[in-house]
Amino acid sequence: MSTTASNTSRSRGKAPGGERVADWADGRLGIYTLAKSNMRKIFPDHWSFMLGEVCLYSFLIIILTGVYLTLFFHPSMNEVQYHGSYVPLQGQLMSEAFNSTLHISFDVRGGLLIRQIHHWAAVVFIAGMFVHMMRVFFTGAFRKPREVNWLFGFLLFVLGMFTGFTGYSLPDDLLSGTGVRFMEGAILSVPIVGTYISFFLFGGEFPGGDFVARFYSIHILLLPGIMLGLVVGHLILVFYHKHTQFAGPGKTNNNVVGMPLLPVYMAKAGGFFFLVFGVIAFVAAIAQINPIWAIGPYRPDQVSTGAQPDWYMGMAEGLIRAMPGWEINLWGHTLVLGVFIPLVLFGVILVAIAAYPFIEAWVTGDKREHHILDRPRNAPTRTAFGVAWLTVYFVMLIGGGNDLFATHFHLSINAVTWFVRISYFVGPVIAFIVTKRICLGLQRRDKDKVLHGRETGTIKRLPHGEFIEVHEPLSQEQLHTLTAHDQYKPLQLGPAVDENGVERKVRATQKVRAKLSEAYFGEESQIAKPSVEEYKEITSGHGHH
Amino acid sequence: MSSQDIPEENLPAQQGHAHGAVDVADEKNPFADPGLPPHEHRIQDIDEEAAKRSERTVALLFTVSMLATIGFIVSYVAVPHDRSIYVFPIGHVSALNFALGVTLGLALFCIGAGAVHWARTLMSDVEVADERHPIEASPELRAKVHEDFRQGAKESALGRRKLIRNTMLGALTLVPLSGVMLLRDLGPLPGTSLRHTMWSKGKLLVNMNTNEPLRPEDVAVGSLTFAKPEGLEEHDEDFQKEIAKAALMIVRLQPENIKDKRELEWSHEGIVAYSKICTHVGCPISLYEQQTHHVLCPCHQSTFDLSDGARVIFGPAGHALPQLRIGVNDEGYLEALGDFEEPVGPAFWERG
Amino acid sequence: MKKLSARRRHPLAALVVLLLALACTGGLYAAFAPAEKAQADDTAQSLAIDEGKKLYTVGCASCHGTGGQGGSDGPSLVGVGAAAVDFQVSTGRMPAATSQGAQVPKKKNIYTRAQIDQLAAYIASLGAGPAVPTKEQYGPEGADIAKGGELFRTNCAQCHNFTGKGGALTKGKFAPSLTDVEPKHIYEAMQTGPQNMPSFPDTTLSEQNKKDIIAYLNAVNGDETENPGGLELGGLGPVSEGLFGWIFGLGTLIAVAVWVAARTAKAKKS
Repeated sequence: MSTTASNTSRSRGKAPGGERVADWADGRLGIYTLAKSNMRKIFPDHWSFMLGEVCLYSFLIIILTGVYLTLFFHPSMNEVQYHGSYVPLQGQLMSEAFNSTLHISFDVRGGLLIRQIHHWAAVVFIAGMFVHMMRVFFTGAFRKPREVNWLFGFLLFVLGMFTGFTGYSLPDDLLSGTGVRFMEGAILSVPIVGTYISFFLFGGEFPGGDFVARFYSIHILLLPGIMLGLVVGHLILVFYHKHTQFAGPGKTNNNVVGMPLLPVYMAKAGGFFFLVFGVIAFVAAIAQINPIWAIGPYRPDQVSTGAQPDWYMGMAEGLIRAMPGWEINLWGHTLVLGVFIPLVLFGVILVAIAAYPFIEAWVTGDKREHHILDRPRNAPTRTAFGVAWLTVYFVMLIGGGNDLFATHFHLSINAVTWFVRISYFVGPVIAFIVTKRICLGLQRRDKDKVLHGRETGTIKRLPHGEFIEVHEPLSQEQLHTLTAHDQYKPLQLGPAVDENGVERKVRATQKVRAKLSEAYFGEESQIAKPSVEEYKEITSGHGHH
Repeated sequence: MSSQDIPEENLPAQQGHAHGAVDVADEKNPFADPGLPPHEHRIQDIDEEAAKRSERTVALLFTVSMLATIGFIVSYVAVPHDRSIYVFPIGHVSALNFALGVTLGLALFCIGAGAVHWARTLMSDVEVADERHPIEASPELRAKVHEDFRQGAKESALGRRKLIRNTMLGALTLVPLSGVMLLRDLGPLPGTSLRHTMWSKGKLLVNMNTNEPLRPEDVAVGSLTFAKPEGLEEHDEDFQKEIAKAALMIVRLQPENIKDKRELEWSHEGIVAYSKICTHVGCPISLYEQQTHHVLCPCHQSTFDLSDGARVIFGPAGHALPQLRIGVNDEGYLEALGDFEEPVGPAFWERG
Repeated sequence: MKKLSARRRHPLAALVVLLLALACTGGLYAAFAPAEKAQADDTAQSLAIDEGKKLYTVGCASCHGTGGQGGSDGPSLVGVGAAAVDFQVSTGRMPAATSQGAQVPKKKNIYTRAQIDQLAAYIASLGAGPAVPTKEQYGPEGADIAKGGELFRTNCAQCHNFTGKGGALTKGKFAPSLTDVEPKHIYEAMQTGPQNMPSFPDTTLSEQNKKDIIAYLNAVNGDETENPGGLELGGLGPVSEGLFGWIFGLGTLIAVAVWVAARTAKAKKS
């Protein structure tokens, strides 16, 4: 509207410089069409919606600092003798990769800071993705139309883990080398092709002289390249779908309520980048990460206790530590189940959470778009599944650090391992049941609040001597918010025989679906939300206190 | 996936779908959406003094950032890279790393804090609703696209000229094979290399620490020694590859404590030599408990009993540590009586 | 008492052996020391042994047997040497409480320096074993720190961690942290292999090797050790780093996000 006005009032050559540049760009790139739909795009405000931004910004920080590190790092496994400024390694034989990492840490001014920012940002990046993913999961933000974006995000999480692992291995220090050795053992356990893959990856027998250079190109080019593409796609879809929002007054499935990108969100999101960078730089100033000089150069015959990967590989580490040593020898071949099963489980656990949205969509059969977020309590089965999954994940993180748990809590390492083994099976079941109970309890409380009002804590004495607590009726905003959620009905298979008395054929998948639907939405699994009639009956019945 | 079977009434009514954009609360439905609440003013919106204060705060934050950047540059130039300082409660740290990190962190944080404070207090905070539009195309558009596609497909005649289609698919399937072939030279084929180590008959056991060949009398009961094969030096080109298989762990037990018959046979006066490489995934296992004769792997806690043929007694390893058969040569030095009889390190498919 | 006197010949015989050993190993000192002084030392030594024996009978004999021959609750002490006594008693591990867990922990030492020396002299008199190391043996002069690092990673880090922060062993046993452990005790532990720790005798880990290892430990786990990057986080590797990253890194960022997204205070409604 205002553009037409300014168009007419503007005479050629007198427009401000910025506008002239914008006009130039528009004539070639069509930026005004792009800006029309995006410049004042609305974003809702909620702290949990910023978790994705934490990831985006730490990813940018990792790229910036990573480029700096490549200027000094030598991805080579040639043996050299150390002559830098760190005394306790003087004269030691080490690979050029390790040597150059020491050089960055001790002899490049600010090199240590950038290395630490890079590594801390990686730890925060993947932790951020994990929490972001859980936010999306527990609020049901993965539902149509966002399933593809859920998968993009999941891929970013998995690729982030492997990018982290390859980067962690680059300095060729004793700790990461032990991790690479583990990786070699895990690859060897793959039936039939394992030995070949290992020889191709390492250029022969472990450790060989190639893996640092190969991991380097995977770490700085292949994986981040794919991730960058996915991040762009992820963001385009966020813009295209428009952000989800929690239920509330004025917020419907057909709108998005918040503040415009320009200026508020631009300032908040742009400012948040600097806040994230600032916090991570500060962490890198005060806390040391991966002190490779104390760890020493890699040698396949040396090791330290407390050999763990970075936290995001901790789940895999836990699985491998808790697994019993099963090995089957048949017809001259060895099936290394003790290593291969954890390897498979690692994938299965990750895929389970990635596949969940599709399973839920199948059970509900709901093909409509969902832009209003669920409160976790209002989807008890989903929430319980998520908590059960988290339980498996965190039990395995404990398993990955079982030696440190043992020493710090004065326990037997064998006992910790047995605890992890049992909890792997029992933990998620308990977590599922308990979570579902809690969700239903919270639903009941919401229902009470809607029907009877909020407990004020004020005690009143009635004329006949009875004490009652004053309940204050909810405002209409609150009433609406607490009753806005969807409630599905369980799927009915219909009568077993049709009207002519002929037995109907019900496919097995339909039966499974009906069972699941009952488990999701049956009377055991959700509290029917208050109906208008119930509300009216109660409110008109005994009036307000 | 036949969700068409789900009757519509099973799906809950969605707000907005059932009732239009915004419901007006009325007698009939107390739960209806009352619509966006009216905008409330912030202090800064009505009090110019408060707004001025906010402005000054933002400007102050930006100024601090500038000063911090100057501080960063000064630290970079002035602080020697090997200076150590004590910072409470962090400890002895590199002065340069600390100074650069704190100034950089401050410079960045203050920009962010300034921008956010500006947005929160001075920019408009009126909430606006943006309409969503269904993502699915209209039926007309859908039909049009399908029609266009059919038209294009027809014009290409791909369906009719099967020969072209099939040969093209064949060519496209084959061409990536060149890429796969190119990966062949990533490494040699395994062959039997995982089955052999540097050990062979007559090779002396050389002490890792002193680089001297070991004599039986050097090895005391309860002690732990690591050995490598004679002729392998740390600066050798293939040292890493060879030591990854050949590293030995040597302990001495009282012969009467050795429960495994073969272990006793392969030992020398109670001195046993076991592979230091864990049979699980290859960590150098060496957490030897001299009273229990158990050896624990620090990586995944596989535990082996060295007094009983290095049998696995806990953890994820699948088989015992390989033992090296040793004896003493004419000059009184410990020597190997051959290579390991089974592959050392992690198990693999061809191990058998 | 009768039993004790019957055994009197034993320690004396052992003393001769010990003196011979002393004369050989400490040859240089003995050669230059005046003869009368050596004589005086002899008397002092036998006095110390007698005192040590008394202390032993009170504090140790209930587990290790009256003559140090060992019992069901404690191993034989014949031949463990003065170094083992000095290590075990000075670090408070011995005498141990009657019911121990998986392993006897370090605790407050209840003996004086002189008493420990007397005990050590008595045990040494039972059978030849490693002597208490001298300052020249474990001191920093002439040590190669880098070589010590390599040796530490080969022989020690698998249980005690890269920089000696300790680690877990089987069934509740653990390799203790080496922070603030006296160099002498580290030397003695390597020599004698206390509890489940294997020993590293001079024949396989030379005196110079031990010196190097101690110098390395002092460099990476001493009072003045620098952690250039900041907080050491226990020196335990990725587990503590991960915890720190989650709690302080991500935790701070979430706190910041809450501030960014929070509503600005509204003007008071009235």
